[in-house]
Amino acid sequence: MMKRDECFAVLARHCPDDIVVAVYSSAFDWVRIRPHALNYFAVGAMGLASSHGLGLALGQPGRKIIVLDGDGSLLMNLGSLVTVAAAAPRNFYHFVCENGTYEANGSHPIPARDKVDFSGLARAAGYPTVRQFDELDSFERAVAGVLAEPGPVFVDLKLVPGEPAPADFDSLYAPSRRDAFRQALGLQR
Amino acid sequence: MTTQPANPLATIAGPAPSGASIIAALKEAKIGTVLSVPDIVTSAGLLFPIADDNSFRLIRVCKEDEAVGISAGLSYSAERTILLIQYTGLLDSINAVRAVAVGYKLPIVFIVGLLEKEPGVPPKKSALYGIRIVEPILDAMGIEHHLIETQADVVRIRPAIEAAYASSRPTVLLIGQRPLVS
Repeated sequence: MMKRDECFAVLARHCPDDIVVAVYSSAFDWVRIRPHALNYFAVGAMGLASSHGLGLALGQPGRKIIVLDGDGSLLMNLGSLVTVAAAAPRNFYHFVCENGTYEANGSHPIPARDKVDFSGLARAAGYPTVRQFDELDSFERAVAGVLAEPGPVFVDLKLVPGEPAPADFDSLYAPSRRDAFRQALGLQR
Repeated sequence: MTTQPANPLATIAGPAPSGASIIAALKEAKIGTVLSVPDIVTSAGLLFPIADDNSFRLIRVCKEDEAVGISAGLSYSAERTILLIQYTGLLDSINAVRAVAVGYKLPIVFIVGLLEKEPGVPPKKSALYGIRIVEPILDAMGIEHHLIETQADVVRIRPAIEAAYASSRPTVLLIGQRPLVS
């Protein structure tokens, strides 16, 4: 099974300047691996990463939007799979880090962790392109092609946590990050 | 036609707003995208005409908190957006409204149908518990809100939207009567 931080390090090489929406443990890993003004952490209520990402994709059609969702987070917003598939933004890439736990609150298992099929859910919701990886080598070989596909693309990453990253929520959600994000897009408040 | 109040506490009187006038106000406020979750109050007068109007991008959304997130993402662009939802959905999405719209100070504009509110009766005086609590909840959250009950209220829509975007904060337009189909 691949480690999340190693997986993100591979992904980061392929999206140096794209907008990335990341949540919870994925966000802490991601900001350490790719510090960038176009990291979007302001997802607020749990589960909404894909929804924020959809809004960004619709508002910024010239940029790729990469969502680094959690499996527990996505379970709180499964309807978003249908909404995204219906809107069908070609610049939307939805990665789900499937580790089977709610890592943020002590790694309690997600419901039906041994039964739920996230790729199947995405496919049934209408995502035209669905991929699944559990080995770093295969992900590394495929990731450039995945990001070259027209969206919406769903990628189920079966992984385990890697090296723990500092869980600094205050830094992640600081207003200065949102201001920097806005400025990086050339927007005024 | 003047709506007859059905409740002895009624204090608002006037004709229901026309859907066309509300839609015109949305266009004047440069709304380009409508995020819709089913609402009975605005279905005929607003949603059907909007769905047939190519000047709007209509995104049908499964649930109201999703729409809050989508609107937040869209706020980082030149696009202006409204959420067209029912008050039951507003109540269901309160945590998203708290965290995203209020917490991040974003210009998220809600048009909210007050399903089964008695015509002419202020929401806080409605016999319906669900209707009565809407404005106090918004007040507690510090969210500006406006009642659009009669045709005379329609003039308040554009300034409310402009103010929300100018100050980057949420605002809620409460639709008190079914907009007329014109």
